[in-house]
Amino acid sequence: MFSRCCRTKLVNQTVYLFGRYQSTLVIAEHDNQKLIPITLNTITAANKIGGDITCLVAGTQCSKVAEEVSKIPGVSKVLLADNEAFKGFLPESLTPLLLATQKQFNFSHILAGATAMGKGLLPRLAAKLDVSPISDIIGIKDKETFIRTIYAGNAIQTLKSKDSLKIISVRGTAFEAAALEGGNAASENAPSADVKNDVSEYVSQELSKSDRPELTAAKTVISGGRGMKNGENFKMLYDLADKMGAAVGASRAAVDAGFVPNDMQVGQTGKIVAPDLYVAVGISGAIQHLAGMKDSKVIVAINKDPEAPIFQVADYGLVQDLFKAVPEMTDIVGKK
Amino acid sequence: MSALRVLVGCKRVIDYAVKIRVKPDKTGVVTDGVKHSMNPFDEIAIEEAVRLKEKKIASEVIAVSCGPQQCQETLRTALAMGADRAIHVDIDPKDYETLQPIHVSKFLAKLAQDEKADIVIVGKQAIDDDCNQTGQMTAALLDWPQATFASKVEKNNGDLTVIREIDGGLETIKVKLPAVLTADLRLNEPRYATLPNIMKAKKKPMAKKTPSDLGVDVASRQEIVSVEDPPVREAGQKVESVEDLVTKLKDSGLV
Repeated sequence: MFSRCCRTKLVNQTVYLFGRYQSTLVIAEHDNQKLIPITLNTITAANKIGGDITCLVAGTQCSKVAEEVSKIPGVSKVLLADNEAFKGFLPESLTPLLLATQKQFNFSHILAGATAMGKGLLPRLAAKLDVSPISDIIGIKDKETFIRTIYAGNAIQTLKSKDSLKIISVRGTAFEAAALEGGNAASENAPSADVKNDVSEYVSQELSKSDRPELTAAKTVISGGRGMKNGENFKMLYDLADKMGAAVGASRAAVDAGFVPNDMQVGQTGKIVAPDLYVAVGISGAIQHLAGMKDSKVIVAINKDPEAPIFQVADYGLVQDLFKAVPEMTDIVGKK
Repeated sequence: MSALRVLVGCKRVIDYAVKIRVKPDKTGVVTDGVKHSMNPFDEIAIEEAVRLKEKKIASEVIAVSCGPQQCQETLRTALAMGADRAIHVDIDPKDYETLQPIHVSKFLAKLAQDEKADIVIVGKQAIDDDCNQTGQMTAALLDWPQATFASKVEKNNGDLTVIREIDGGLETIKVKLPAVLTADLRLNEPRYATLPNIMKAKKKPMAKKTPSDLGVDVASRQEIVSVEDPPVREAGQKVESVEDLVTKLKDSGLV
């Protein structure tokens, strides 16, 4: 009787421990040469969930990236999958790899940054595993309860996932970046999978080149809207940005009018930024734009229309013609 | 290859220009008596499908919407824009509250097979739940390639060449047909439905299906714990001059 009782207790305990055990897979985003910074924010999110963190580096000749990842504190294992088939990081070839990895390790959570790559890949994986994915989280309450925004950031939703596996994309600006030094994770090869892909093919990329900091990671962002009138006038913003070490963004109006390329768009359907300082120049402040920048620490608005909605969220508002204000600001900032 | 059949998903959402209100009991946002329209990205999806038909690449455009009765208005809009026929997947309003991309993608995948579609086009995201999942999940369920965030689509032979909007710029990929596309904002400029076309759309066929017709379980997969207002930013101040502004920023250590 006694021994049976003991055994039951032991079994229960084991089940309890097993049920509680968390292990998270973070899909590293990189360009085969170096890690994309949002992976560091995603690792911080994974740390908040608790448990072991494994990081998957899949690409073509990307062992350098795996080395970089193994030094990130908090990562306990790095899985490397080096294959020509991952050229262009197409979801059609990455999904089979992830399925094989999940089958072998049985993670409780799979995370990636909410970038074009993460957004393209995770739902495909989730459907294959019959999991309802969770997009663009901004907070973690516990291992199954997450916080995200809906309606262009105008409402905050807290949801509890009923799936046993959680597949989640992480808003980079909502989590600090993990350190790049101090860890010492073991590296091993990822499980082999049939990743042959004859349905899609990467052709080419045309990336906008810039010496300025990357938009989503910049400490200061200066954005221009329709008020800039044309593409040439954006040079004024570039000049100011260079003086301030800032990145330059744009509203949808400025992108649609062809002033600047679309990867500069800040908003619900563009990039989400949360810099220390956001300077909105000639931007009225439509809901869709605010969705992409209203978590900035300090917001400055320069607009000649005192009624522009942007002034309702701006910490400092200057009602002035931008064509006068911006060059003057560049002058003063340059003199310091 | 013979002309293609295109299935387009369109969602009825609160109009993009409406300032939403969160319900006092924190269960969701107020939708009663609020202006609704077709999700802007889905208008772009419909427009692209209709253009494929005008270019004689597509032979038929089928619009699908999953939701309560009022979705039929959204489908009429799609028909007025040039879709040939519509399928309304009728969801009980109670189930609709917890309906998610995982459910919708199962409907779309089943319909794509039943209707022998060659291309499924959906918007890249709905502006209410902001999920950005349905297209990718539909592609997975069908085992078709996906071309997400498309800003340009061209057909050559059995392939589609698609320019995608990615974080650092643009990317070109090729996908074999059949395929799933998700439309980005810059794919096209959707047309307005003219009055004669709106009248004609009333006569176009609209089929009604239920989740059980399509063999999809709509049980909720996530529990909404709460929906709340975002933190309100404290009122800021107006400054008189650029000098003032820069001084203030310097004092806060931002410049």
